Amino acid sequence: MSQGTAGGEGAPQVLPEGKERQRRGRRRKKKESKTRLVRSSLLLPEAEPEKSKRTVLACNQLKTTKYTALSFLPKNLFEQFHRLANVYFVFIALLNFVPAVNAFQPELALAPVLFILAVTAIKDLWEDYSRYRSDKEINHMECLVYSRNEKKYISRYWKEVKVGDFVQLRCNEIIPADILLLSSSDPDGLCHIETANLDGETNLKQRQVVRRFLELDSEFDPLKFTSVIECEKPNNDLSRFRGYIIHESGKRDGLFKENLLLRGCTIRNTEEVAGIVIYAGHETKALLNNNGPRYKRSKLERQMNADVLWCVLILLIMCLFSAIGHGLWVWQYGEKKKPIFDVPGPDGKYLSPVLASMYLFLTVIIVFQVLIPISLYVSIEIVKICQVYFIHQDKDLYDEETDSQLQCRALNITEDLGQVQFIFSDKTGTLTENKMVFRRCTVSGIEYSHDDNAKRLAMYQEPDSEEEEAAPKGGTLSQRDSICSHQSIKVIHRSQSTKTHRRTGSRAEAKRASILSKHTAFSSPMEKDIMPDPRLLEKVNECAKHLEVMRSHEQPLSYLSPELCDVFDFFIALTICNTVVVTAPNQPRQKVRDRFELKSPVKTIEDFIRRFTPSRLTSGSNSSSSSSLATSKSMHRFGLSVLSSTSTDSTLLKLEEKLAYSAQMNNNGYSSQQGRTAGAGAPEEGELRYEAESPDEAALVYAARAYNCSLVGRLSDQVSVELPHLGTLSFEVLHTLGFDSVRKRMSVVVRHPLTDEINVYTKGADSVVMDLLLPCSSDDPRGKHQKKIRSKTQNYLNLYAVDGLRTLCIAKRVLSKEEYGCWLKAHLEAESSIENREELLFQSALRIEKNLHLLGATGIEDRLQDGVPETIASLRKAGLQIWVLTGDKQETAVNIAYACKLLDHDEEIITLNAESPNFQETCAVLLEQCLQCVESKFSNNTIDGATGNMTVGFTPLYPPSSSVLSSLGLVIDGRTLAYALEPALEDKFLALAKRCRSVLCCRSTPLQKSMVVKLVRDKLKAMTLAIGDGANDVSMIQVADVGVGISGQEGMQAVMASDFAIPRFRHLEKLLLVHGHWCYSRLANMVLYFFYKNAMFVALLFWYQFYCGFSGSSMIDQWYLIFFNLFFSSLPQLITGVLDKDVPAEVLIAVPQLYKSGQNMEEYQPHMFWMNMIDAMYQSLVCFFIPYFTYYDSEVDIFSWGTPITTIALFTIILHLAIETKTWTFLHWSSCIFSIVLFFFVALVYNASCPVCHPPSNPYWTMERLMGDPMFYFTCIISPVVALLPRFLYRTLQGTLFPTQLQLGRQLSKLSPETRTQLLTKLNGKETMCQTQLFADSFFPSLGSNASDSYKADNQSTPLPTSPQTRESFFQEHAKAEHKPDQTAAASPQGALLYEGNKLPSSASSLERSMGFHEVRCGTAEVESLPVGTTFPWSSAVDQADFSLLKWITSTPLFSHIGTVLQVSSSSLQNETQDSMCVLGSSLQVDFKGLKEESSNNLQDKTKGTPTDHCKNDNSETTFL
Amino acid sequence: MEDTTSFLPREEAKPSRCPDNSAFKQQRLPAWKPQLTIASVLSTFFLTGAFCLTVGVCLVLAANSVREIQIDYSDKCSDCSKLRENSSNWNKECHCSVNFTLKEDILGDVFMYYGLQNFYQNHRRYVMSRSDAQLLGRNVNIQRSYCAPFSTYRNGTPMAPCGAIANSMFNDTIDLFYNRNSSVIQVPLLKTGNSWWTDKNVKFRNPELYNLSSAFAGTARPPYWQKPVYLLDEEDERNNGYVNDDFIVWMRVSAFATFRNLYRRVRRVRHFAQGLPAGNYTFQISYNFPVTRFKGRKHVILSTVVWSGGSNPFLGIAYLVSGTAAILTGFVITGIHLKLRKKKTYFQKH
Repeated sequence: MSQGTAGGEGAPQVLPEGKERQRRGRRRKKKESKTRLVRSSLLLPEAEPEKSKRTVLACNQLKTTKYTALSFLPKNLFEQFHRLANVYFVFIALLNFVPAVNAFQPELALAPVLFILAVTAIKDLWEDYSRYRSDKEINHMECLVYSRNEKKYISRYWKEVKVGDFVQLRCNEIIPADILLLSSSDPDGLCHIETANLDGETNLKQRQVVRRFLELDSEFDPLKFTSVIECEKPNNDLSRFRGYIIHESGKRDGLFKENLLLRGCTIRNTEEVAGIVIYAGHETKALLNNNGPRYKRSKLERQMNADVLWCVLILLIMCLFSAIGHGLWVWQYGEKKKPIFDVPGPDGKYLSPVLASMYLFLTVIIVFQVLIPISLYVSIEIVKICQVYFIHQDKDLYDEETDSQLQCRALNITEDLGQVQFIFSDKTGTLTENKMVFRRCTVSGIEYSHDDNAKRLAMYQEPDSEEEEAAPKGGTLSQRDSICSHQSIKVIHRSQSTKTHRRTGSRAEAKRASILSKHTAFSSPMEKDIMPDPRLLEKVNECAKHLEVMRSHEQPLSYLSPELCDVFDFFIALTICNTVVVTAPNQPRQKVRDRFELKSPVKTIEDFIRRFTPSRLTSGSNSSSSSSLATSKSMHRFGLSVLSSTSTDSTLLKLEEKLAYSAQMNNNGYSSQQGRTAGAGAPEEGELRYEAESPDEAALVYAARAYNCSLVGRLSDQVSVELPHLGTLSFEVLHTLGFDSVRKRMSVVVRHPLTDEINVYTKGADSVVMDLLLPCSSDDPRGKHQKKIRSKTQNYLNLYAVDGLRTLCIAKRVLSKEEYGCWLKAHLEAESSIENREELLFQSALRIEKNLHLLGATGIEDRLQDGVPETIASLRKAGLQIWVLTGDKQETAVNIAYACKLLDHDEEIITLNAESPNFQETCAVLLEQCLQCVESKFSNNTIDGATGNMTVGFTPLYPPSSSVLSSLGLVIDGRTLAYALEPALEDKFLALAKRCRSVLCCRSTPLQKSMVVKLVRDKLKAMTLAIGDGANDVSMIQVADVGVGISGQEGMQAVMASDFAIPRFRHLEKLLLVHGHWCYSRLANMVLYFFYKNAMFVALLFWYQFYCGFSGSSMIDQWYLIFFNLFFSSLPQLITGVLDKDVPAEVLIAVPQLYKSGQNMEEYQPHMFWMNMIDAMYQSLVCFFIPYFTYYDSEVDIFSWGTPITTIALFTIILHLAIETKTWTFLHWSSCIFSIVLFFFVALVYNASCPVCHPPSNPYWTMERLMGDPMFYFTCIISPVVALLPRFLYRTLQGTLFPTQLQLGRQLSKLSPETRTQLLTKLNGKETMCQTQLFADSFFPSLGSNASDSYKADNQSTPLPTSPQTRESFFQEHAKAEHKPDQTAAASPQGALLYEGNKLPSSASSLERSMGFHEVRCGTAEVESLPVGTTFPWSSAVDQADFSLLKWITSTPLFSHIGTVLQVSSSSLQNETQDSMCVLGSSLQVDFKGLKEESSNNLQDKTKGTPTDHCKNDNSETTFL
Repeated sequence: MEDTTSFLPREEAKPSRCPDNSAFKQQRLPAWKPQLTIASVLSTFFLTGAFCLTVGVCLVLAANSVREIQIDYSDKCSDCSKLRENSSNWNKECHCSVNFTLKEDILGDVFMYYGLQNFYQNHRRYVMSRSDAQLLGRNVNIQRSYCAPFSTYRNGTPMAPCGAIANSMFNDTIDLFYNRNSSVIQVPLLKTGNSWWTDKNVKFRNPELYNLSSAFAGTARPPYWQKPVYLLDEEDERNNGYVNDDFIVWMRVSAFATFRNLYRRVRRVRHFAQGLPAGNYTFQISYNFPVTRFKGRKHVILSTVVWSGGSNPFLGIAYLVSGTAAILTGFVITGIHLKLRKKKTYFQKH
């Protein structure tokens, strides 16, 4: 790298290796080609000649424009000619310049093509100009760059920043380039950045100064920077950065992504940072990630292109026909007897018939070119832009909470929204809020049900908008010059408002992100204020007391009982095993500094040895080095002894001793926090704010805080936890092994301050963690106990999952120093390798995360989003198959699926689970069986997957005789899915899945998600839509025909990959059912109309060929011919294409079935093209021959005859459109009138101003004369009437006799709202009636065997179900949880009514229902998110909703036998209910008293009412929408 | 410091992104939604039918009131046509006469047309082969026009007028004689006023010079012409050159291969003040225009006109037929509706 020594100050001091190099033909070693070298630009110039070489490096100037003033024309034209149609039309136009074949005046023939090209070019130019302006704005932002001459940082424009420059950034500034962090005002060398601009994540990320620079004992001086940085080539991986910094001494330090500040991010919480620019401009990761909008081709467009090809074929046939005709015509006159009207060529010679026909072929291609609709593509583009505009403007797709609206990122697939057949949805964050709420936990085998917490959650039924508004208020006090340290050198304007994210790389998202950033991530009160379970709280306190005592008596920790020990560790794990950053509330985004030790995570072996050798000497030296750093940064540091003397006297002596030598207190501005004593912490804690990367982390931390175990500070190497009685404990974080989707867990390696042991705390998915537990022998009692705890925990975990909770297992491992040292060695190797680092780190993590000791498990509730069940029900009615692809565990997924009505309780569930190792064959067999089963209309026999360890839950609901198609649900888990997606089985899998109403894939990886989507898309040729919100959905979103991102909490990756981004899942309903339908219907009709219009117009010319010797002459003046499509007939169809509404929005929403028209391509079926063509032929025949016979054998001249035909054609075309137009706004009217007026105006002006027109145009005064002729009017009236009569008749007959659903929907909209409601209710009632009837027929005891299958393992492993007492307690818990709504309801009278109404809808009057419909829905969501009902058929007359409660209970596997009892005793409904109550026992009786009463009331009502009335309740959602 | 403040955004009063609630943006513009109900459909059909029938009756009546007589003289002058087949006989004169009898008077304005069949005046290259600029009297380089090969002679002399249309101009002369009581009276015919006023006065102009022959000096007649353009009508200076009515009428190319052009109008004087009285008539034809080559036929036509044009009854019939069809359809729809009324349901489940 010798040539990379230096350069002028202005020259970037970087050696670009790799591609640029290779392009220059330089052969370099492979290793070198993968990296780039960066040197300081301040070094003195040495090798000037190198300068030229270095210019290839991107400077920081942003240039997203495609064109320059010079290159615009050629480049734009070049791009436009990529569209084949444009080439075709230019070819035709150029053909006109050949004299032998020209049909029109050549210059004129160019006009339409030029016009089309110009329109597109202007559009491109405008877009490019707006890009240019925003580029300019960004390029001229300022930042501080070190100047060699002035020896200080001076202000420069962003665009002047070069690689190798030193940039200084202050708080809240936006980072101008990718910068390697070299210095920070933070004493720990940390810097916080907010990456909302990049990924939408609003939590703060920590960045670290390159280590060697952290240890500098003076201010960082750019002039002294002589190291060389070797790093990767620019790439777009935001989460990776690797490189070395090579110091002058030859020492190397690894560089990681923690050292890199990314362009577009904002500096937070840090006064000043400085660094060297590594990547600039377009080489920054932010810009490399920004790959602009996507271009997809919609299904309609593909179909249209096929029809365009048909048009080409028709055109060729017409031309060929004309050519042959002309040849024959010429031939009939023979060689000699040429008639005088057959004009010889310019040379005076006649053409031979063959040659003449060949020339004519080309000529008529020009004449008939209009058949290929030149303006079609431009029109479609315009229409789509307008459609996108209207979708954007829809108020219903606007979410007030986040102030975000729908974004269309792909402009050209709007109509695909109307044809979707399959929806693939993510679960978390898409169907659910992704607001995680801690619900319950189990510690060392004991469940804590947190009933108070459940009650509290019920209070949050109402959208907590006020709180959310209030929360960020504190942060928006602008212009607060509050910098943390009181020795702050400068007063820097800090305000939340500086968070306006300048439009950088990811422009579209920046604005949104700025809004998001106002909210502190994941901290609505619902999530924060957790009511602790008294029992557990007591234990925690007890534990803390013990600890305190122990500490004062210097007893080792092991004196604690194992349970208490587990409790203690459990909360410690909850608190520290995460990446949550603590911020102080009053100074938002301000790091809480309470620091006891100054140690960075162990990075070297020496470090390790030094630290873990209990030698005072080494630690002393360490202390001195750190203190030197500390003093350099802060004058206010105290030793821990100060702290310990001032803050707490209860500090463990041992600890004190331990810490005193190394720990120093960082007291800059936060001494008050240090001084907090254990007991007094609670009130202040409430003001701390946690910023987590994922919401469940935050939920757990908040949960731990509720138990007084609160996280008060986190630094890169240390976590401070405040505990009751113990005060603040600082855990030295040795390593953080971050979460990844493969391991499905994260771990922290810490040194326990109390025991000085090295502990690994692991938190992860239960399936993974349970497998990693330390195998315990069943011999010794301890092992037995452990085993028991595990099985209990597993049991509870299943229970949580049944409740729809997200489960996490918490485990711990104590490492001996030797083990740790051994592992550390390998780990450090892994960390320092550049290649394969991820893989090595992964392996390293696997090595340490084993032999764990189970502490407990948590259940976190992920609440359903508003309106999800309704939306799903509605979408399903619309004929969409909804598949949920989730990474969650099966039970959770199934229960969420029930909650959001994806699965119905009256639905059969097929569960495919695989456990066998040689699974493939069995899977095949299984699929085959299922398929057969399904095909044979669900035989009654339960198919037991006796093959292997696999279980198939198959729950036939209907007797085999039942011919009614029942609905099926398919649940498949990731492992099984992996096999099912193999080529051999995928067909069978699909065949099975196709028959299922809904499919649920659990535990699927992102790749599997995309594979499923791809499979359905390719094999079923179906239109697929994928919706998701997280990074794990990106692949699926990209694969699907339509990708929808939810701009929710999990960042922007999904949005960036999507075609449409919506704020909430429920918006999908309107997007698809209304806008999708409209867009599809409008475009389909427009395209068909386009084909019709052009065919009809061209056919006129074709018929004329029969009367002019196939000579290619046209009776229509060339001006009309050329501009007819462009001007006279284009506007109405554009207006219709943009604004026509075949069915109004209310009806489309109310009757989702109407969406099926799009799925079945009803508006544009292949035959419709031909029907339109035939109609066009007929109409053109009429429009041709009526004037023909009218003027036959008269003195009419060619243009006096052609002009009426043009007029007639125009009338016909517009009236045709009028027949097809369903809604007439004033825009429709005016566009039609405008078109006609424009035609007459142009015709009159043109005919009056052109005595010498270019031949063959010769129309002087034609129009004027025609308009004085009554025959003109009579012809113009009769021809359109006759031409359109058949179509009108067809529409009439079809519309009155065999109306399509759409037409009926249209009629529906005409009715008054009440009548409509009634009708709809009746309709839906009918449907429900059928179902109910069906249900009654098929009443037989069948249990949710899928559920029981799922729990087979548990039942085997635990004797639990046989123990009545446990069951009882379970039951109570459930009952309590279930009873909760009643209790909450009691608080507000109105709510009570509504909740009752919810449970017993029939008893509430319809008025009440309609009034409080919204609340009822909320209530339902709540009630249904709890229960787990699998398949429990209740008796016939009962409204499902009424007994959801009972149903839920009985459907829970644990109570399956109760359910059986219930079913057996089915004499009368009332009796049955009471009977069942008796069976269920007294405790239940009490709980359900209310219900029973109500249900008897309800029964009375029922006996009076008709069945339809009951059904009405079920469908009231439809009614009130 | 300053640069930090300069970063302060102008975000303070950030408007909500909620879209406007305007009727246009929410696609809720007041709209008329036509419904194909029985009432509207039936009324449409019946009204259309009634209208068409009315107009049809009027048109048929009008067309029937037209008197027209059409005489094919291509066979009757077979000698001449044979003579004309050989183009070398171009300067030989040939006359023939055709007799016919009018059984009843033709009252009103009588127009005399010549009709041609199978003459493809609408042939593409034929239609183009003219120079409007030349006909406007401008001195243009017709070499660059579409007239070729009828633009210049080999020696470079331009043709006036140029082009195939002009070259192939119909040059039979037809005179009409009324045989009244064995005396032969020539029917007075008007040569002028047969073309469009705008053609005669705007579109066609002679080159501006003191006299016509000098204006056309340096040009030559088209090859098929017998006399130069400034001698088309030697009697009337204003009907000569490019502004000759026969020439103008010919230059207006017809739409079809079978067409008629207005040749003369009967001047309503003396015996013919009311039109043409019944009796025997003779056409005296100077036969110049060859049609046998393209199997064409020539007619001479006498006709009156009415407001609706000529004798062509097609439009009237078309109106009558479509009117009837519309009304019949209306009845059929009524029938179907009555039959199926009971079945009418609203939204059906599927």
